Amino acid sequence: MAASVKIRFNDATRCFGAFVALEKLNLEVMDSEFVTIVGPSGCGKSTAMNMAAGLLMPSSGSVTIDGEAVSGPGPERGVIFQQYALFPWLTVRKNVEFGLRLKGMKERERRERAMHYIELVGLADFADALPKTLSGGMKQRCAIARAYAVDPKVLLMDEPFGALDALTRVRMQDQLLGTWTRERKTVMFITHDVDEAVYLANRVIVMAAKPGRLQEIIEVDLPYPRNEELRLSARFTEIRNRVWHAVYTRAAPALQP
Amino acid sequence: MSIQSSPGATTTVAGALARSENVILGFASFVIGILFWYAVTRAGLVKLPGPFQVVSRSADMMANGQIFTDILSSLRRVFIGFVLGAGAAVPVGFLMGWYKRARGLIEPWIQFLRVIPPLAVIPLAIVTLGIDEAPKIFVIFLASFLSSVIATYQGVISVDRTYINAARVLGASDGVIFARVVVPASIPFVLVGFRIGLGSAWATLVAAELIAAQSGLGFRMQQAQLYYDLPTIFVSLITIGILGLVMDRIVVWTESRLTQWQERV
Ligand SMILES: Nc1ncnc2c1ncn2[C@@H]1O[C@H](COP(=O)(O)OP(=O)(O)OP(=O)(O)O)[C@@H](O)[C@H]1O
Ligand SMILES: [Mg+2]
Repeated sequence: MAASVKIRFNDATRCFGAFVALEKLNLEVMDSEFVTIVGPSGCGKSTAMNMAAGLLMPSSGSVTIDGEAVSGPGPERGVIFQQYALFPWLTVRKNVEFGLRLKGMKERERRERAMHYIELVGLADFADALPKTLSGGMKQRCAIARAYAVDPKVLLMDEPFGALDALTRVRMQDQLLGTWTRERKTVMFITHDVDEAVYLANRVIVMAAKPGRLQEIIEVDLPYPRNEELRLSARFTEIRNRVWHAVYTRAAPALQP
Repeated sequence: MSIQSSPGATTTVAGALARSENVILGFASFVIGILFWYAVTRAGLVKLPGPFQVVSRSADMMANGQIFTDILSSLRRVFIGFVLGAGAAVPVGFLMGWYKRARGLIEPWIQFLRVIPPLAVIPLAIVTLGIDEAPKIFVIFLASFLSSVIATYQGVISVDRTYINAARVLGASDGVIFARVVVPASIPFVLVGFRIGLGSAWATLVAAELIAAQSGLGFRMQQAQLYYDLPTIFVSLITIGILGLVMDRIVVWTESRLTQWQERV
């Protein structure tokens, strides 16, 4: 693992009026690290991610990327939103091309690149379809293609696989790990699925609610590349149980070496 | 609508059936209405012209070309007034929606002018602009501008934040967000504004012609009123209704073309 810190939350706090959505989050995500964030609904996961994305400013404390305070969003940080956020007036392909066009890419190259990612998420037959004709899972895959296409260094993903069926979900997980291993992106990935959190991550960040805060960080010392066999291993089960306890009972048993 | 979201064979057939049923019902209701009109006037229950009288009068008015002159001068006024009004409403509406300062400066005026019925402006328009085309076009301009500007502005401020955020994280500047997100996202609102604007333009026009004009459908009715010429009044009224309906259909059709991407429930 590279040594430099990519994303740093420094006592990052965010309030909405008098309500504290996230209290004094301190977290360092290393360059090329894959962290997953789990926690009960309303514990400030999306809030933390939006601050890293530059869409929300901390009420106090700070968030830095490569040591520089985040002042706004930028294409080097790709975001996949919890609500797909596809542009309904654009076809799947035009949605994926949106960011490429902003980069000033030429039409042909843009089209090729968009199609590559559309195929990657298995939507080739729907390239010219409008979002309203897609199922929830298909919309989500289109949003993933749109974020991947601009090739961001940091991927911020808010429950990106939540709407997918079990099989597609596993496929997307493996694809994401493949992309990550090849391109060494830094990934912050929110999920409700403890299994998914452990399968993907270097570290699982467990958060707690009321007020939203960091509960525990659990290292996942499983080797990459990971595969289906690993999910059945005793070590995986052990770590998963630990995360499970941290999330739902808040009393994690000691991990056996 | 289920027909649009799942183009399976069964739903299409069901949709076609439902549509043809609607057509049949609409036609039946039309025929029943005419028959009722005929029966009531034939029996002498009301002192109104019957359908045959009205049809023969409209044939006369077509033969001597009078009705076409009236239609043309009415449509011309509506068209000019509406294009000017809607054309001014779109930039002003976007300006108000996009810049808070512009909103603060312009909105009080719009809200104030909006509660004055356009017809109430006619006396002022006649005194200041004379009695030819200018006052009528001005009143129509005002009517369509006020209805369209509110809709455009509402459209801009109600653009879903997630779309704007999605564009920002892909690297869009404010200008790009405006052109590629805010404008397309508010088109449905703008078109609804046009529809309302055109409706009120048409209503205002006819009333304006009743008060002061030398031609037009409203003027024709007003003339006929002096001579108790009920068939001509009927023909004019029906023509006004048909033209209003046709204009509305054209806007609705354009709307459905331009906003096919919308999820309809
Ligand atoms: N714009 C806002 N205005 C007011 N309150 C907000 C706003 N955004 C979030 N909150 C509140 O902050 C808290 C944390 O919200 P956040 O969206 O970060 O939760 P989350 O952990 O992502 O939950 P979920 O798992 O349901 O997505 C919630 O209680 C929410 O009600
Ligand atoms: Mg959330």
